[in-house]
Amino acid sequence: MAIGALERIAKDIVLTAQEYTLFAYRAVMNLFRPPRYWTDFLMQANIIGVGSAAIVLLSGFFTGGVLALQSAATLSEFGATAVTGRFVSLTMIRELGPVLTGIMVAGRNASSMASELGSMVVTEQIDAMRALGVDPMRKLVTPRIYSCIAMLFFLTVLADAFGIMGGGFVTVVMNHQNGTQYFSMAWEHLHFPDIIQGLLKPLVSGFIIASVGCFYGMRTTGGTEGVGRSTIDAVVFSSIIIIFADFLMTQVLLTLFPPL
Amino acid sequence: MTETPASAQPGAYHPGPNQSGAYAAQPAEPEPVVVFRNVSIAFDGPPVLQDISFSVAPGETRILLGPAGVGKSVLLKLINGLLRPDSGSILLFGEEISSMREEQMFPLRIRTGVVFQEGALFDSLSVRDNVAYQLIQERVPDDEIDRRVHEALTFVELDNTFDFYPGSLSGGMKRRVAIARALIRQPELLLYDSPTGGLDPITSTTIIELVMKERDVYRTPSLLVTHRLQDAFTLCTHRFDPELGRMSPLPQGETDPNTTFMMLEEGRLIFDGSLHDLVHTDNKFVREFLE
Repeated sequence: MAIGALERIAKDIVLTAQEYTLFAYRAVMNLFRPPRYWTDFLMQANIIGVGSAAIVLLSGFFTGGVLALQSAATLSEFGATAVTGRFVSLTMIRELGPVLTGIMVAGRNASSMASELGSMVVTEQIDAMRALGVDPMRKLVTPRIYSCIAMLFFLTVLADAFGIMGGGFVTVVMNHQNGTQYFSMAWEHLHFPDIIQGLLKPLVSGFIIASVGCFYGMRTTGGTEGVGRSTIDAVVFSSIIIIFADFLMTQVLLTLFPPL
Repeated sequence: MTETPASAQPGAYHPGPNQSGAYAAQPAEPEPVVVFRNVSIAFDGPPVLQDISFSVAPGETRILLGPAGVGKSVLLKLINGLLRPDSGSILLFGEEISSMREEQMFPLRIRTGVVFQEGALFDSLSVRDNVAYQLIQERVPDDEIDRRVHEALTFVELDNTFDFYPGSLSGGMKRRVAIARALIRQPELLLYDSPTGGLDPITSTTIIELVMKERDVYRTPSLLVTHRLQDAFTLCTHRFDPELGRMSPLPQGETDPNTTFMMLEEGRLIFDGSLHDLVHTDNKFVREFLE
């Protein structure tokens, strides 16, 4: 009995992974064949990018501030408060900027994608779209995926910048340290391997957020309750996959681009 | 509707522009628009439809009857490839679609108009953009779109809702907008999925009158799914009078010869014939349904 249940769960997981892979592959490849819905790309870029800017900038700023507070307290024991800027900038750019931005955008946009597409499924709007001769994958999913990849890149750069500024604010205003020293340390110790880590991760996170959000939205069943379930699954799985992918990418990128 | 010739204006009883070729030639046996051959489908359980065979001829209106949950909507979705059968073959406009790829289906779907159960209007788009959805995708100029949308909305008597959003429309209005959306590109086949389901009797009559108007003005072949007998009988025993601008009963004992019935019971087609055959059948289930 228990083995039967385990077998069923295992099969469900494999089937879901297979369906997700095919779904994501189709959505990505649609960009290379017409029709392409450029207006929808721009609209989604506006919703994801401009819409998420405030939460990403605020979370980046305060995370940088917290990093400065915590690190200054520890570094002062070794008389090394001067390296606060270096610590904050490296941590934000290599790790916290991409991951935090990914999780914040997942909470906001993976949920909205899943609930919007899920509602369209249960009210037959997706069927209506297909009946009107429009492929919902091309019209709804592909623009969301590419817009999310592009916008997460820029949002992460902004989050990194605001994080460093937040650290600077705490360093100068609260810790009464030298601001020039903070920013010069933050800048001078940044190297190519740090930048490449920070800029590659959001591309993967953006893909994960949109593809998982759309995947759960498009496979919604069971009316409004099903929409709620899809929304929860989209946020939970996209957040977990972002952190897991970050772990893998960090390992790979540290091997490919060892710190200088 | 924009290119409707004079012969297809209300009351003309001529084929619409899309069927003109087939009708003008008057072939002895015009090719059916839809053909089902031994079609079956199941979803994680017992079959929903089993061994279904029927056809829809040009100019014919077929009414699919049956209680709720018997597979009527599934059958409708099989016709334009929104679902794929497990076995059997489906011909749409003469093309085998049961194993066709999704991309190959789109040109055929564009030739088909569908009115979904609850209208299935796009919430985020205005009535204008809903009705013009296909035209917008085809990049038809805006002024041409506006003109054709006004015509389609006038047909369903809702021209005043041009700038409204679906959220501000009643259930009956949404169905009428859905009918306008289905008609705007002059489809060669119309599929109605319970267009009067959940509506009050007066609104239901308005919707049935529109279906009748479409049938008698444009002669578009159609398949209408319903579990409401009164709607089915009204369609068969009335015609749209273009002079009065509303439906009127056919003379006593006469029925529309192109309107026929089918009935489903537990996924099987148990009846296929005229209104006369339907009311005189010995089938126990049909008799119970009628009574």
